[in-house]
Amino acid sequence: MKRGPLARIILAIFFVALVVSPLFIKRMAARREVAKSRLDLQTALERHGFYLQEVSHAAGVNFVHQGPTLDHKLDHIMPEVASMGASVSIVDFDRDGWPDIYVTNSAEGSHNALYRNQHDGTFKDVAPQMGIADVNKPGTGVSMAAVWGDYDNDGYEDLLLVKWGRPELYHNDGGHGFTRVADTGLPAWVNANSAIWLDYDGDGLLDIFIGGYYSEDLDLWHLNNTHIMPESFEYAKNGGRKYLFHNLGNGKFEDITEKMGISSRRWTLATSAADLRGTGRPDLFVANDYGVSELYFNDGRRFREVGEKTGVGFAPKSGMNVAFGDIGNQGKYAIYVSNISEEGVLIQGNNLWVPKEGSAGDELKYENLARDMGVELGGWSFGAQFADLNNDGTLDLYLTNGNVSLDHTRNYWYDFSKVAGGNTAIIGDAKNWPAMEGRSLSGYQQKRVWINDGAGKFVDVAQAVGVTDTYDGRSVTMADLWNRGVLDVVVANQRGPLLIYKNTVAPENKWIEFELIGTNSNRSAIGAQVTVFWNGQRQVQEVSGGSGFCAQNQRALHFGLGKTSQVDKAVIRWPSGKMQTIEKPNVDEIHKVTEPA
Amino acid sequence: MSASAAGPLEVPQWKRFVSLENRYIAPIFITVILLAGHLSFGILESYQKTLLAIAASIGTELILSRFFFGKWPNLASAYITGISVGILIRSPAFWPYAVCSIVSITSKYVLRVKGRHIWNPSNFGISVMLFLAPETLASLSIQWGNYLLPMVVIWVLGSVIIYRLKRFHISGLYVASFLVFAFLRSWLTGGPWQAEIAPITGPMYQLFIFFMITDPRTTVRSKTGQCVTVICVALLEMVLRLHQVVYAPFYALFIVGPSAMLIEMWLDSRRASAAGATVAA
Repeated sequence: MKRGPLARIILAIFFVALVVSPLFIKRMAARREVAKSRLDLQTALERHGFYLQEVSHAAGVNFVHQGPTLDHKLDHIMPEVASMGASVSIVDFDRDGWPDIYVTNSAEGSHNALYRNQHDGTFKDVAPQMGIADVNKPGTGVSMAAVWGDYDNDGYEDLLLVKWGRPELYHNDGGHGFTRVADTGLPAWVNANSAIWLDYDGDGLLDIFIGGYYSEDLDLWHLNNTHIMPESFEYAKNGGRKYLFHNLGNGKFEDITEKMGISSRRWTLATSAADLRGTGRPDLFVANDYGVSELYFNDGRRFREVGEKTGVGFAPKSGMNVAFGDIGNQGKYAIYVSNISEEGVLIQGNNLWVPKEGSAGDELKYENLARDMGVELGGWSFGAQFADLNNDGTLDLYLTNGNVSLDHTRNYWYDFSKVAGGNTAIIGDAKNWPAMEGRSLSGYQQKRVWINDGAGKFVDVAQAVGVTDTYDGRSVTMADLWNRGVLDVVVANQRGPLLIYKNTVAPENKWIEFELIGTNSNRSAIGAQVTVFWNGQRQVQEVSGGSGFCAQNQRALHFGLGKTSQVDKAVIRWPSGKMQTIEKPNVDEIHKVTEPA
Repeated sequence: MSASAAGPLEVPQWKRFVSLENRYIAPIFITVILLAGHLSFGILESYQKTLLAIAASIGTELILSRFFFGKWPNLASAYITGISVGILIRSPAFWPYAVCSIVSITSKYVLRVKGRHIWNPSNFGISVMLFLAPETLASLSIQWGNYLLPMVVIWVLGSVIIYRLKRFHISGLYVASFLVFAFLRSWLTGGPWQAEIAPITGPMYQLFIFFMITDPRTTVRSKTGQCVTVICVALLEMVLRLHQVVYAPFYALFIVGPSAMLIEMWLDSRRASAAGATVAA
């Protein structure tokens, strides 16, 4: 070298500093972690504007999910291949004005539960009387998800139950019971986790989208062989087919999937629909495991896949969630997709797809701001929902996680990563996967409750506000369970209890809710948008027929308002296209709005 | 990873360019792999990150070479390091790509013994980052579709090039050793042998085998020494794998590669001393 010792010493110092820079960054991150430590409830209320208390037992809910047990050929990796099925959805099935809770079970012969709201802080399981408990009979498959929509516009929410098995539609008989609808046109068997209601063509009748996971050709309890796994960890196209069913209006549905331009066979785990372009029609976002996400623009007569064009379908990950939220109060939706991050093995990072400045309509483009906004790392992430948990006027984000929690001390990641990188002939055959032997796979993980600071950052306060469970979380829903003007959180856990986190919010923060009833539009008002304008701000929300992971929030839309005591106006765009403006609606009130004729 | 050194040939320039002895063959090959992988499967999470890794690598090489050696360097080696970092590490953040590239190139100028750098630059950078920043990045392990055809094409093309560069024995022996040790692991653990050979069917190993363990600058000179070294790499990798170390090949090369170099230097100096003593006598 030409340079003398001094230059070399300086270079060596620079080199050492560079090498240890990751440790410095880690130390800085650890300091931030201190802010996440547990607080007493009053301090949490003062500091973050809310706290959550787990009250399931006090509320009379003692539901524990049972996981599926599939064909014995899969015994050696059963915890992994049968790691889903816990789901929860909110419905007011009896129209008493109080949200009820439906939760699925997934062992053969196990019962689902419908918790009727008793109006006194407690719930009672009425699923057996209502006829929607014993729905996991051997030979029919087991429940994976349930979504509610009034498909015949009779005023009562009907139940679509998807399974690894026979999809089932139950008609709500005036809130007094449910009858399984025969000859609906739905397929005889699918292995699906994802289903939503949407009115894709605006004809006032709710249609159905179902996204398959395992191939529908498989009866997972009677396998001919073990070739059931994805052909690739990131590029798999051998999953279940997708279904778009058009509601014919007579209790029958027509399969129009191919006609509408949907032909994917990716491994779908989550789907949701929202009008992303202001066309008045719902676009469809599909999050896939083992591959890229898909975004379908709804052109009215056809869906057009634009995932790569818009930027959301470029990097393959393990998509497990789709939630829409106007996180910046700008009148446009960001999309949250959960993935897997495991320190030292796989850092996919979750995606927060935010519309790029200046892009709109057909030229809509998204950029992933999960890292910038602080919602990127959430372990083996599953269900997530946006909700204004502290009524401060900005949407927060609740994320549950954890895949398989078994032996605390031993984990399966090494073997998992070994096979995941292998050739398709190896990864695609379950018998090539090493036995799990009681090992965990991203188990016992801490949940995330990210509060939105309104300035582009989210901060995790889960531990501080009382979310301390480490169950294998799957499905998250938001509901104002006791009509108090705050959003409570209900979480379904795989092989774990149903958790109800009761929310207590600083009373000075105001709120407003809208419960919509369609007339020309579908009666559930799925697809209706409400934009609330207050204090120079605006926030848009849309009634959803299913979002998150295997979940559905309460039908009513909830807006936090901060300390503002007046709303300028609320603008409702009904699925029929009709616009309605409500001037100066009262705050701290649930507004029941019927679509004008 | 580093470009191979090639001796001067008494042939026209255009012929030298298309010959396999050309020092640009390795960069071209790795670029072809990258493009094929991306165009067929979209392997790059973002162009920006890969470009950042390449730019950081080349920029560091330019600055350090100019400053310490007073000359503009051939950039083939830095390009391969940058592109390897861009492919082999996976992180949602940008900074690991830049830091890893800079660490890799800087290691060539800092970690020197008797005028030679002893670590393969990208092996050093990637190993350090995987060890110190596991919460931020991981290594490529699951890309390129897991399908047979791209794998066969890369293996055949890579084998031909490595053969012409007279380093096929290193790659071939490593693969053979890996397979033997994979079956041994399967026998020891009772796990499926398919799971044990699975990693070598993935793209990370293709880059590892064709670019990292064959790097002329950081492998010992004698053919026997190269063979012993590569068997030791595979052996240590097996030991690490038995302890469930996910990035066993990187760490094995990180430990064995420089050790072999140091042993060779020590043996050389002993021989030189002995020769000097003989002459003196």
